[in-house]
Amino acid sequence: MRNALGSVDTVLLLGGRSEIGLAIVTRLVRDGASRVMLAARGGTVPEEELERLRALGAEVHVTDFDAARPETHGDLVDEAAATLGDLDVVIPAFGVLGSQAAYDKDPEAAARDVAVNFGGHVSVGLAAARRLREQGHGTLVVLSSVAGVRVRRANFVYGSAKAGLDGFAQGLGDALHGSGARVLVVRPGFVIGRMTEGMTPAPMSVTVDVVADAVMEALRSRAQVVWVPAKLRPAFAVMRLLPRAIWRRMPR
Amino acid sequence: MTLLTGWGRTAPTSATLARPGSADEVAALLKETAAPGTGRGLIARGLGRAYGDAAQNAGGTVLDCTALPASWTLDPEAGEVTASAGTSLHDLMTALVPRGWFVPVTPGTRYVTVGGAIAADVHGKNHHVDSSFGAHLRSLTLVTADGGARVLGPDDDLFWATVGGMGLTGVIVEATFSCVPIETSRMRVDVERTRDLDETLDVMTTTDDRYRYTVAWIDLMARGSRTGRSVLTRGDHATRGEVRGDPLAFAPRPRLVAPPWVPDGLLNRATVAAFNAVWYGKAPNARRGLIQGITPFFHPLDGVGEWNRMYGSRGLVQYQFVVPFGAEDTLRRVVSTLSARRIVSFLTVLKRFGAGTPGMLSFPIPGWTLALDIPTGQRGLAGLLRGFDEWVVAAGGRLYLAKDSRMPASVMAASYPRLDEWRAIRDAADPDGLFRSDLARRLCL
Repeated sequence: MRNALGSVDTVLLLGGRSEIGLAIVTRLVRDGASRVMLAARGGTVPEEELERLRALGAEVHVTDFDAARPETHGDLVDEAAATLGDLDVVIPAFGVLGSQAAYDKDPEAAARDVAVNFGGHVSVGLAAARRLREQGHGTLVVLSSVAGVRVRRANFVYGSAKAGLDGFAQGLGDALHGSGARVLVVRPGFVIGRMTEGMTPAPMSVTVDVVADAVMEALRSRAQVVWVPAKLRPAFAVMRLLPRAIWRRMPR
Repeated sequence: MTLLTGWGRTAPTSATLARPGSADEVAALLKETAAPGTGRGLIARGLGRAYGDAAQNAGGTVLDCTALPASWTLDPEAGEVTASAGTSLHDLMTALVPRGWFVPVTPGTRYVTVGGAIAADVHGKNHHVDSSFGAHLRSLTLVTADGGARVLGPDDDLFWATVGGMGLTGVIVEATFSCVPIETSRMRVDVERTRDLDETLDVMTTTDDRYRYTVAWIDLMARGSRTGRSVLTRGDHATRGEVRGDPLAFAPRPRLVAPPWVPDGLLNRATVAAFNAVWYGKAPNARRGLIQGITPFFHPLDGVGEWNRMYGSRGLVQYQFVVPFGAEDTLRRVVSTLSARRIVSFLTVLKRFGAGTPGMLSFPIPGWTLALDIPTGQRGLAGLLRGFDEWVVAAGGRLYLAKDSRMPASVMAASYPRLDEWRAIRDAADPDGLFRSDLARRLCL
């Protein structure tokens, strides 16, 4: 159960090797979470990550998870609930970021990645939401991106999947309103980390730790959307209004 | 489904709210809830004055016991009242006081039900003399998981698992308890100020026993040499000769109600410090024999309905602990830490506890209890309170379940030595775990 100051007992992370995901889980465990399930492809999570979480006092379970196989997602959520008990926080943190140039040459790969970045989150999100609604409480953390707030020429395959995900998450949050469960939509800008290795950071970029801290702060409050950094919100209020002719010339 | 929170308005969860109108309907609901495939259980709820998640049951059923018709009978020969569990102490006092009787124990609000008073084994300003509610309880009727109604008395283990058992042994539907004869509806009160915490403890230790009702309000915003300065309010029921007019008149006025939209942050460091300074400043150094009504003496906050709204949308956390006599250093450490850290606590109350009851999860033990009212959202609050937990446990103390909304399960297990004994009796009465609450889940009861 979530307590009055926002500490929780259980966490389910889907995309169990995700850097942002693990950073959030680490903070939740430090804050009192005692049971964790990491769902990762092949059921493999680096041993040092497991040791680190266990050293902080958590009971850690690992299970196999494939974001591209939606037919397995309902069972996975059931398995997590059977292992952990009530799911206090569910974090689908899986995703792939390919280059737009590569997608242009390989439409099939683009469709596969969109199926993971959007479709995988839809099946996981709905399966988790059903469980949260039944148990009458819990938070689904959806890692959206400013890339989906206004899709750019430079990464429109990735961006359009995030746009779909963001819309899905808002709709799901509204659907869960009054059920005791909620959806927290996280909209980070450029995140410096493993996923963006080798790329030049965009303006207002943040680190994985900054994102995780912002998510923790939002989990403690009743926020429904969190921008990281917060100043991206007014920035995008303006950027949404830019004429297409200018927007399409954005370098990245 | 209905979203429910405790009085602190934190951590809402949703549940199906049922409103049984009789003990038979309670039994029928239990059978329905126990049906296969509906595994989220059930908990009784009274007037929702527990601060945390004691009367919430996420995804399950919550029995609104205020739907049980309020009823009571007074046996003036025995000095006993039998009341349905949904009857509020407010209703009881409105009826009993003009007849010359007073409830044996009242917490800081009259808006609690008899069932809730038993489930939390509530205490009041007379604890040092009269112990808690359970000590005055002659019998109770409990509808258990099998749907049967059992009449229990102080010789039954299940009775003492139910007193302070937070509703997890069954649904209390009726109770009989002794009452206190009074000559008047007024209180004779002595008020005095102390300079610091040591003087507060000293005055209470040496002279509390002269009064039936005592409490100290601490100005937590005072720092340095004035840390822990307090206003002591102590009194007894006034006698016939001390009051004018109808000696037993008691007709509480309709209440003001706090508006639903109170801006967040209204109770902040500046406003609370200002309030405290005025409150301490206006109290006399010493004033004896003041005649006061029941509401200003026992239930000052009942004058404002829904006063918890004043804490804004993020709500408030109550932190109430007790440490045994001899552990005054722990108390000093908590008070000085709160003062030094400038933590805002709107109402900070210190009280001396006397003997406890045999209730296995009953909170009071002989010692000092401190209650803090803290708006949530203050930076570092979670860590600070977790540190206090450790000091309290190390001193042999514990936290009050009716107030708690945040303690870790490990602290509960370390501080209630009779928890396993309670669990064994609960498991025998409720083998399938029908009675569940968010508090029970959070604390792994």
